[in-house]
Amino acid sequence: MDLNRFTRLSDYAWRIEPSGDMRVPAVIYGSEDLIRDMDEKVGEQAVNVATLPGIVSASYVMPDGHWGYGFPIGGVAAFDAEAGGVICAGGVGFDISCGVRTLVTGVAAAEIAGVRAKLADALYAHIPVGLGKTGEITLSDREMDEMLARGARWAVSQGYGSKADLERIEDHGQAENARPDCVSAHAKNRQRSEVGTLGSGNHYLEVQEVEEIYDAASAAAFGLVKGEAVVSIHCGSRGLGHQIGTEYLRDMAVAAAAYGIKLPDRELACAPIRSSLGERYLGAMRAAINCALANRQIIAQLARGVFAGIVPDARLDLLFDVSHNTCKAETHRVDGQTRELFVHRKGATRAFGPGHPSLPEGFKPIGQPVLIGGSMGTASYVLAGTKESEAAAFSSACHGAGRAMSRHQALRQWRGRQLVDELAARGVEIRSPSLRGVAEEAPGAYKDVSAVVDASDHAGLARKVARLRPMVCIKG
Amino acid sequence: MASLSTQDAAGWEHFPHGADIGVRGFGPSKEAAFEQAALALSAALTDPETIAPRSPVKIACHAPDDELLLTEWLNALIYEMATRKMLFARFKVQIREHALAGEAGGEPIDRGRHAPAAEAKGATFTALKVAQEGGRWVAQCVIDV
Repeated sequence: MDLNRFTRLSDYAWRIEPSGDMRVPAVIYGSEDLIRDMDEKVGEQAVNVATLPGIVSASYVMPDGHWGYGFPIGGVAAFDAEAGGVICAGGVGFDISCGVRTLVTGVAAAEIAGVRAKLADALYAHIPVGLGKTGEITLSDREMDEMLARGARWAVSQGYGSKADLERIEDHGQAENARPDCVSAHAKNRQRSEVGTLGSGNHYLEVQEVEEIYDAASAAAFGLVKGEAVVSIHCGSRGLGHQIGTEYLRDMAVAAAAYGIKLPDRELACAPIRSSLGERYLGAMRAAINCALANRQIIAQLARGVFAGIVPDARLDLLFDVSHNTCKAETHRVDGQTRELFVHRKGATRAFGPGHPSLPEGFKPIGQPVLIGGSMGTASYVLAGTKESEAAAFSSACHGAGRAMSRHQALRQWRGRQLVDELAARGVEIRSPSLRGVAEEAPGAYKDVSAVVDASDHAGLARKVARLRPMVCIKG
Repeated sequence: MASLSTQDAAGWEHFPHGADIGVRGFGPSKEAAFEQAALALSAALTDPETIAPRSPVKIACHAPDDELLLTEWLNALIYEMATRKMLFARFKVQIREHALAGEAGGEPIDRGRHAPAAEAKGATFTALKVAQEGGRWVAQCVIDV
């Protein structure tokens, strides 16, 4: 983006002043290099979000921002329902509650290195991955509604994991006020055989080594030990979330005019939070959050089963599970006042600071774990929420590397087989049903995740705790 | 990636989007452009040449305007692919007054033969356009994959 349009707030924060229909400024976080490399559309989309009714403080973009749908990916915006605020389906995205969970094994990565290929084969055989792959369970209508109402709590009640897991999941594993009755039959049909599946695209299950510790006290509280192996899972609400996103985006686009909402971009389709459509979307979106939480809980349990057979000493205790495509009702301090806000995070991770009441007791002195996924072959990071992140962006941080080039370009530049061989030579076992898919997801097609994480750290959005190096990647 | 038949001036192509993939169909009629956009959707997932259009699936949808009708058509195909576990390669479309009656011919996904590179989450309103340009119809949008 052209830096001339910004007011420089610091080395890592840039503001577009309000003009035209903007109700608030747009604030983009990142180093000068990251901002310059962002597509102009990121700025345009952040400005468009700033025009929506009821937006509070600013339209924010995280350092991994890129061109999204209405909202930029990496976009954060909070709305006040009592001030005519809106809920925006595009501000959550199609993959509702896509997120990351990380489990610590307590086993040295060196011990796993000896069985890396065997472990990769077994994980690939037991974790349903890629288009056309079905899960091991098919839900009845009643079971589907229970899953949508109770999330990971439902999965645990079905034998997938233990109650101890629930304390380490955002919202204790269950989004409150979910409305399965607001989820269409089409959405439920789409999910029926996809429960406990990983999906495709940038979704993955990785076995990783804790390569570097930046903050010893926080790492110890999170159970991270240098040289030990962890498992990270990145996926979302599968077909159910995609269908909810599709249907409500259309309904909001058609209804916006009737609500008197002027849309700068049809993709920003939204409805007042205090409207029938807004409330139905919130209920359906929360059901999709529960679907994603149940899904990651089931996949984690499948991974535990695989490890038990190959690395029996591995514990796979849940470190944390956090989503990065959501809208959540939260309490924030704004200009000295406490306000109830609906915070959209589209490709952005919630990052509550130390002392937040929702955190598990052991994490209260540290802050919420923030799990940042890399891409095959590149590092992932664990960060912790900071106190200052609340004022910076309603306690939000980046979610990943963000793409630097399109799938189209990636396909021209890389061959899947070559990538798989090169990564294997570097000690990363890839398993995927599609070599073309591997090429489209080439590590070089993404921004430098380390630069994104450093910018988040410098901007005070979250602080670095540990870096993870991939050893095995199961890719859709 | 692109396919152009000079005989009837109908074809499809992909266009880049930051995170996902744009599909564009074009042809002598709106219907042809919709059919080609569907083929571009299939090509975003696998090589359409590998899909045998054996089993036809009927599709009907409607919308207040042509552009929303395109997203309805592509989203209906995405739904059928997801729930029937099929891929499609041959499409027929009729449009009257923003109501579409269509047919998609395809076969069950064979992960070995089709090696699908991605799955489509939904057709978006991004870069959404249905228009006559330079004597031909164009139908396009970005697919979230």
